[in-house]
Amino acid sequence: MRFIEPHAHMVSRTTDDYRKLALAGCEAVCEPAFWAGFDRSSAAGFHDYFRQLTEYEPKRAAKYGIKHFSWLCINPKEADDPVFAREVMSLIPRFLSAPAVLGIGEIGLNKNTRNELAIFEEHVQLALDRDLPILIHTPHLEDKLKGTRLTLESLANFSKLDRGKVIIDHVEEHTVSQVLDSGYWAGMTLYPHSKCSLDRAIDILEIHGPERLWMNSACDWGVSDPLAVPKCALQMRVRGHDAEAVARVIHRNPITFLSQSPKFAI
Amino acid sequence: MPSKQDLLDLQFIEARHKLIDLAAFLDRIDRHPGAADFRLAAMKNALPILLSERRDRARAILEAFSDDSTDLPRTAPFQGACGAPPASGR
Repeated sequence: MRFIEPHAHMVSRTTDDYRKLALAGCEAVCEPAFWAGFDRSSAAGFHDYFRQLTEYEPKRAAKYGIKHFSWLCINPKEADDPVFAREVMSLIPRFLSAPAVLGIGEIGLNKNTRNELAIFEEHVQLALDRDLPILIHTPHLEDKLKGTRLTLESLANFSKLDRGKVIIDHVEEHTVSQVLDSGYWAGMTLYPHSKCSLDRAIDILEIHGPERLWMNSACDWGVSDPLAVPKCALQMRVRGHDAEAVARVIHRNPITFLSQSPKFAI
Repeated sequence: MPSKQDLLDLQFIEARHKLIDLAAFLDRIDRHPGAADFRLAAMKNALPILLSERRDRARAILEAFSDDSTDLPRTAPFQGACGAPPASGR
């Protein structure tokens, strides 16, 4: 089995996890910038984090034969303070030229506030100005439905946006149709206790088809499983999906989307 | 595509286990002291969806656990999420 892990927060994982991913057939991991579980006290903390994503983590992954790519932004949880968020955003352009930075992400909303929305839209404009792909986080639990609607309404105002270069992540049964019907890519996150279980993700694939869908583990410092994608692939086989169908969703689809960045190559 | 019988063979025990776990959770809440909150009310409101004949029960339950407000506050009072909107129980 070969697969792409299109959303993983490897800075929070051990080197053993890289080894397990390599053993399972992972060819590349893509790491969006995110919340560290606590708020950074200064923009300098993000400067160091962006260096970790763009310099250190690719080297750590390479030791196991895995390509490492990243997405940059200030995450939605720390974007509710617009002055701080803009200070962090001012750091991003100097890192965008790094060889494995694919685009802007994971941006979006957390508690669906006006401040978060303003910073989200500034990130979208930054991506548009540089013709970069965008990876969008949708909020957790009770906030997801409202946040997804707000995100789609906001994106609709960007008339020059190529919707095929935008993936809206963490979709579930109540949001996937809106995302796909609007022409965006959709990501399903496989979590043990929230977002999608393995079987629910397969249900969504069966109902909506594999077009513009991928799955990821979004493994981080919380309850998560870096091997969720190959485990879901195995469950697909158990449920009667053939190898071709599995390969499309865990390998070909991510490659199709990610290859819109000229820096993505495996 | 597996048949209904295939899926029952494959997943009935697991689904049965999850249903019993949910029942035990509700028993556990009843057995312990103190007051429950909006989360339990939201869960009880969602339970009848399981017995409905609709074919999108998962979606309906997710919607039942969703914030359906339309206001857009300037800033957030807290960062996290708890799985049900505080005003639920409606």
